[in-house]
Amino acid sequence: MRVQFVLSEIRVGLRRNLTMTFAVIISVALSLALAGSAVLANKQVSSMKGYWYDKVQVSIFLCNKNDAKSDPNCTKGAVTDVQKKQILADLNKLPVVQHVYYESAEEAYKHYKEQFKDSPLVDSLTPDQMQESYRVKLKDPTKFDVVASAFNGRAGVQEVQDQRKLLNNLFNLLNGMTYVAWAVVVFMLAIALLLIVNTVRISAFSRRRETGIMRLVGASSFYIQMPFIMEAAFAGIVGAGLASVMLLIGRYFLIDHGLALSQKITLIDFLGWSDVISVLPLVFLAGVLIPAFAAFIALRKYLKV
Amino acid sequence: MIRFDNVTKTYPKQNRPALRDVSLEIEKGEFVFLVGSSGSGKSTFLRLILREERTDTGAVHVLGKDLARLSNWKVPQMRRQLGTVFQDFRLLPSKTVAENVAFALEVIGKPRGTIRKTVPEVLDLVGLGGKEDRMPGELSGGEQQRVAIARAFVNRPMLLIADEPTGNLDPQTSVGIMRLLDRINRTGTTVVMATHDENIVDQMRKRVIELDKGRLVRDQSRGVYGYQH
Repeated sequence: MRVQFVLSEIRVGLRRNLTMTFAVIISVALSLALAGSAVLANKQVSSMKGYWYDKVQVSIFLCNKNDAKSDPNCTKGAVTDVQKKQILADLNKLPVVQHVYYESAEEAYKHYKEQFKDSPLVDSLTPDQMQESYRVKLKDPTKFDVVASAFNGRAGVQEVQDQRKLLNNLFNLLNGMTYVAWAVVVFMLAIALLLIVNTVRISAFSRRRETGIMRLVGASSFYIQMPFIMEAAFAGIVGAGLASVMLLIGRYFLIDHGLALSQKITLIDFLGWSDVISVLPLVFLAGVLIPAFAAFIALRKYLKV
Repeated sequence: MIRFDNVTKTYPKQNRPALRDVSLEIEKGEFVFLVGSSGSGKSTFLRLILREERTDTGAVHVLGKDLARLSNWKVPQMRRQLGTVFQDFRLLPSKTVAENVAFALEVIGKPRGTIRKTVPEVLDLVGLGGKEDRMPGELSGGEQQRVAIARAFVNRPMLLIADEPTGNLDPQTSVGIMRLLDRINRTGTTVVMATHDENIVDQMRKRVIELDKGRLVRDQSRGVYGYQH
């Protein structure tokens, strides 16, 4: 294999098809950037869901020592063991309840740490500041009110929280956007693939003299096809590079500067740079493999070997 | 070297076979003319040897290999032992004479040292010494065909296939090309040449194989172009 020979073939081929190459690069870049954002949006949603979100519908937070001083619902002091047992017994008696989990303050601390691992808030918290809680899974997820009315205001209970109410709208919005993004990705990729097929066809036609001679003198089909596939892969890499830049710039302006969401919405732990960087290898892999594969398929049709 | 056993070949959407029950054998070191009018099956005969086409029935052996049993990925290896020359030269117009010849070695992955050594040698052999850096467009037809022959021969093939190599050349130039092919033949390379050129065949007095409508109608050692043609 003569690397230099193959490289010069690629250069000549790309230059001959400059406009087509640009079209391929741009469509690959846009579709990969969109796909990357969709993956990141998904990550954001799951990082916001926390440990209990998909498992339970109702959380009953119990008073701890700190709450006893500050929270009007906890004026009678921290929850006692007797109260806890009573609450658990009453919960199990309710027909709408399917399962009750108990989360101790230590466990709450652990789960919190996992969810907000990038946030500086974690360091200032200690386990005894966390609340104990009962996490309730309902047979019918809409029957939140039954549990709320039974336990709100009871001694030792700080708050009964509808787990879903808080974030459901935001999640629905994000999920909807993700679906739209994927649909657009599919169309963009289809455009990219058609462009690649066309580029290969033109390329194969304009080089038919060379490939004909290569066949005659016994060049292997690998050797004949390689420049075409490398051309597509090269355009794909450049596209993936552009897509990566778009993703990084996107995070920069959405979260840190420009829109600066991280300063406006402090409750949410936004994706860090490491999350964005972690999808880049995927972007590059897709950026190389998809065009190369498309070129390979196109060659079977347009290049006799 | 080449053996056809009852070879029949019909192209798709054609009623008449391009070759019909052809059997013959060509030995190592022979020089063979393949004659016949247009459409007689000469090109099909050559394409079968190059395995550009495959037979319907019957077997083609080239260099001791049954081409029907040769898997696709081994075909390039087989073709490296063959050289091919065409009526239309098939040179790359954007490459110099030397680059055109070197191209044949580059694409089969020969090391650069070998290429640098063998290309001038073979250009000397075909009588183009000193014209390495010319472009094909600057050369006469005969010289261009010499470049094509150099390219076909640079890998020292066992077998040289020539499809009407003098078809585009004037008689005097053609004689020069035939002398060159004869010299290549004398180095031990088998030459199979399809031609319409009556004078050449009659002068060279080599083995003549004649095809007519796909049938083998004459196989004559030291033959002439034809009796009535």
